[in-house]
Amino acid sequence: MEWLSYLPALSRGALVTAAITLSAIAIGAVAAFVAGIARVEGGRVLSTVALCYTELFRGTSLLVQLFWFYYALPLVGISFEPVATGILVLSLHVGAYGSEIVRGALQSVSVQQHEAARALNFGRAQTLLHITLPQALVEMMPAFGNLAIETLKLSSLVSLISIADLTFRAQSIRNLTLDSAGVYSLTLVGYFAMSLVLMLVMRLIERWVRRGAAFPRAAHS
Amino acid sequence: MMYGFEWDTTTPLTYASSILPIILIGLTVTLQAAAAGFAIALVLGLVFALLRRSRYTAVSWTTAIIVEFLRDTPLLVQLFFLYYVLPEYGITLPAFLTGALALGLQYSAYTSEVYRGGIEAVPRGQWEAATALNLSRLQTYRDIVVPQIVPRILPAMGNYLVAMIKETPVLSVVTVLEMMGLANMIGERTFEYLVPLTLVGLIFLLLTLICSAGLHRLQKALPKAGIPLR
Repeated sequence: MEWLSYLPALSRGALVTAAITLSAIAIGAVAAFVAGIARVEGGRVLSTVALCYTELFRGTSLLVQLFWFYYALPLVGISFEPVATGILVLSLHVGAYGSEIVRGALQSVSVQQHEAARALNFGRAQTLLHITLPQALVEMMPAFGNLAIETLKLSSLVSLISIADLTFRAQSIRNLTLDSAGVYSLTLVGYFAMSLVLMLVMRLIERWVRRGAAFPRAAHS
Repeated sequence: MMYGFEWDTTTPLTYASSILPIILIGLTVTLQAAAAGFAIALVLGLVFALLRRSRYTAVSWTTAIIVEFLRDTPLLVQLFFLYYVLPEYGITLPAFLTGALALGLQYSAYTSEVYRGGIEAVPRGQWEAATALNLSRLQTYRDIVVPQIVPRILPAMGNYLVAMIKETPVLSVVTVLEMMGLANMIGERTFEYLVPLTLVGLIFLLLTLICSAGLHRLQKALPKAGIPLR
């Protein structure tokens, strides 16, 4: 039972992975909503800025972005801690993907809903907050669930900028013990287990949103 | 110096233009890896999708679990697993092939879902009609199912191809010298990361913009009713 001895180090790494993933999901969600709403509701300037952000972070590879922020930015005088860099880049990356989900869901709300809101003399902010967003949020949740799993998987890349997450620990244990099969099997199972838990949590949130609990005062259709 | 190319770091512009030929060599490796990985994903995904539809629950369940596992674990760790564990069982592949295999395995989980959705979208009535018309299984697939599935799955497959191209930089960690690996190497030697990494980012951006535009046109050009095979 040699692999039992890897567990303490690997679980410490798993905690770091979980922390980075959850922070990136939280910050990424904010970025997604800001950019997604700006794409739909913002004026020409705001929506163009949001479009540039989305295309820039969706169009290039996450690893390139990580290295760019990690190696290249300090050369022009901007530098963060590796962990902050990792979380920031991962958040911005998944936020860009999330903003497309937000945009798509907002645009899928039917025109009649907008017309009814106009007829009831709702302002733009009121329409968004009370009419479109509550309906769109239900549409977004399944896609957000997939994106959350994607975030967990992509978080493994932060090990390459020297953050001691699960993948990083696995690498160091392998270099020490040369037991590749044991270490990596355990790591894969660890990620799989975390994915399943994350999936379950996202399902629960989805159910909560579907009940309309996220917007208690919204008009129910 | 690398591959016989000299670099000139006097200004960012001369630097960029002097390393562009090296990065373009990396671009060919990137595209080759994505092509090889995608070919594996297309074949393996189809196998998974068909096994998933097997009459035997043991087969379909095992396939479902394997696909779920491949989809929910990181490409990077799968890549390390293949790179370090396969040689222990006497399978020594070049790094490039290991990388393509890892890409193909991860994306086969995605493509199998696309195939499955495509097959399931063919209405039951059509299968029954094929049986009523006494068409053989081969004829049913060749003349009824595949022609309808192809236009339906092509856009999704195209999206995954673009996504795969963007994931190839991960292969640089197992010594595959694609664009990002080369940019990093240049950075290590010149202590000037900004230009090479920005260049790689721009090339990726250009590549994905071109691919997306191409996909958009393909989607418009595809006949909705299906593509006849004969």
